[in-house]
Amino acid sequence: MSADPIFSVSGLTKAFGEGEGEVLVLRGIDLAMEAGEMTALLGPSGSGKSTLLTILGTLMRASGGSHAMLGVDLMHASDAERTEFRSRHLGFVFQFHHLLPDLSALENVMMPAAAAAGRETRAMRSRAMDLLDAVGLADRRDYRPSAMSGGQRQRAAVARALINNPVLVLADEPTGNLDRQSADQVMDLIRSINRTMATSFLISTHDEHIAAKCQRRIELLDGRIVRS
Amino acid sequence: MNRYAVKLAIRHLLAHPGQTALLMAGVALGVSVFIFMSALIGGLATLLTQRTVGSIPHAVLEMPDRDPSVLVPSGAAQVVLQKDLSRRDQIAIWQPAVPIIEKTPGVTALSPQIRGSAFVERGQAVAPVGVIGVQPGKLSDIADIDGAMVDGTSTLPADGILIGSRLAGDLGLRVGQVVRLSSDRGRARSFRIGGIFSLGIASADRQAVYMNFTTARALFDLPTGISRIEIKVQPATDAPRIAAALRRSTGLKATAWTEDNSQLFEGLDAQARTGTIIKAFSLITIVVGIASAMLLSIVRRQAEIGIMRAMGASKGLVVSIFVLEGTLIGLVGAVVGALAAWLALLPLPPVSEVRSGGLPIDRAQGDFLLAVTLTTLAAMLASILPARNAARIDPVEAIGQ
Repeated sequence: MSADPIFSVSGLTKAFGEGEGEVLVLRGIDLAMEAGEMTALLGPSGSGKSTLLTILGTLMRASGGSHAMLGVDLMHASDAERTEFRSRHLGFVFQFHHLLPDLSALENVMMPAAAAAGRETRAMRSRAMDLLDAVGLADRRDYRPSAMSGGQRQRAAVARALINNPVLVLADEPTGNLDRQSADQVMDLIRSINRTMATSFLISTHDEHIAAKCQRRIELLDGRIVRS
Repeated sequence: MNRYAVKLAIRHLLAHPGQTALLMAGVALGVSVFIFMSALIGGLATLLTQRTVGSIPHAVLEMPDRDPSVLVPSGAAQVVLQKDLSRRDQIAIWQPAVPIIEKTPGVTALSPQIRGSAFVERGQAVAPVGVIGVQPGKLSDIADIDGAMVDGTSTLPADGILIGSRLAGDLGLRVGQVVRLSSDRGRARSFRIGGIFSLGIASADRQAVYMNFTTARALFDLPTGISRIEIKVQPATDAPRIAAALRRSTGLKATAWTEDNSQLFEGLDAQARTGTIIKAFSLITIVVGIASAMLLSIVRRQAEIGIMRAMGASKGLVVSIFVLEGTLIGLVGAVVGALAAWLALLPLPPVSEVRSGGLPIDRAQGDFLLAVTLTTLAAMLASILPARNAARIDPVEAIGQ
């Protein structure tokens, strides 16, 4: 393991509920990722994959342990600091594309940058065009999500995750809703971005076929890493 | 102003054009009601005030009442100053008061008068009248007698009088005829009827008789003093304040028209309050409508809000988007409503030309700007709470991960 990881967590726990009803979803996770890594996070449903991704994405706080990324202590950062950090360094791809229905593909890709800046700029527009080009949707830039296929939407979602030039993209079952052919397209796209832009990806999946396309695999079971 | 918030707010509104149009139409309707009520209540007040104060003095200056007063308060015997009933009330030294009254701000006209009661006799017919002796040239300063003439001329020669149309009708009098007037001072003389007026006020048209100031002095035995000074002020609603000022500066008893017409004022007040309540309800309706529409919109967009928050959008941006959305509905609806109300009120006649049975709507008192401003503010306030709820949406729950 490199001496300079992009993030590291140790002894990370997450409990939902309180008292007798408490459910421990993560039971002490130790994990670090290097820059440029493409890692598959495997495990059956309920193993804690999504929860781990959500915590790493600063969308939820862990119950215990430490969580640092790029030298920032995210366990103890304020909500506003975490929002700002998320906007600058992290990208997300979800199982469902979650594109905004009232915006075109191009506007959707620009959204995370525009939301941070308070307006859309020419530079954002040109970067978003490059990204749409990279995901093969240059000719769909003015289409609303409702006019695009499932695979196209998910590729647009990948482009959106990259607009702020994140260090790490967290992808939760990014191909879970796609047919085999579209899933392969999306995975090939992620792999090529990982190579050309040196963006790190952490991809949760229960599909061996997907995991096989990644350099590293981490297996989760009952909230613990069982193989890394 | 966050331009991206403006863009998204407009996109949200355009995404459901039918619903947006319906909401704006609702706001427009509320604003029209607001403006209509303002114009109607204002017009009614103007009409009633005009009709009431048009022909009456706005304030009357008379000698203060001399109530019985105790001169020596202590001791077994009391010395009381009794009202002198053997002499009539008059303002004995009145000339010095005239320039003081004329210089008082708000006073537009002034008319010193000799007043007295008399009987008009023509053959066997007798009618009691109130004689008003006015200075030549000041005849129409209080009531517009010149404009109310229906027969004859309004000049006041020493032997001429002007009578009301009802009195003329009752006694069968015509211009040029001679009648005899006996005053309550026991003096009598004959006058020629120079003109007949009709003010539209039954009491004046039946009982008022105008005559020359100097002639009236003789008829009522008032060689130097006068009975009262009547004044007009602008605006008429300032009369109580001006009357109080005149009371201090002249030492005379000053009675504003509002004191004798308190019922009219109570009526106008009640009207204005009713109008305010209706206007408040139309604003409340707008607030409730916009707040519920925003709440629904936010529930529908929960996942979108979650995804934006996950992608780094600040809570402030989310609040801005939805507050702007509500404000825009209010602003556009209000402008449309104001425009519609303006157009609808355009063909209505001005209040002064309203015939009986018509609604006296005064477009100038429609409060268009106030309606638009209040509605826009109300819309903004209505969307703040829903927008704050939107900002509190947890991205994780909203995205359903």
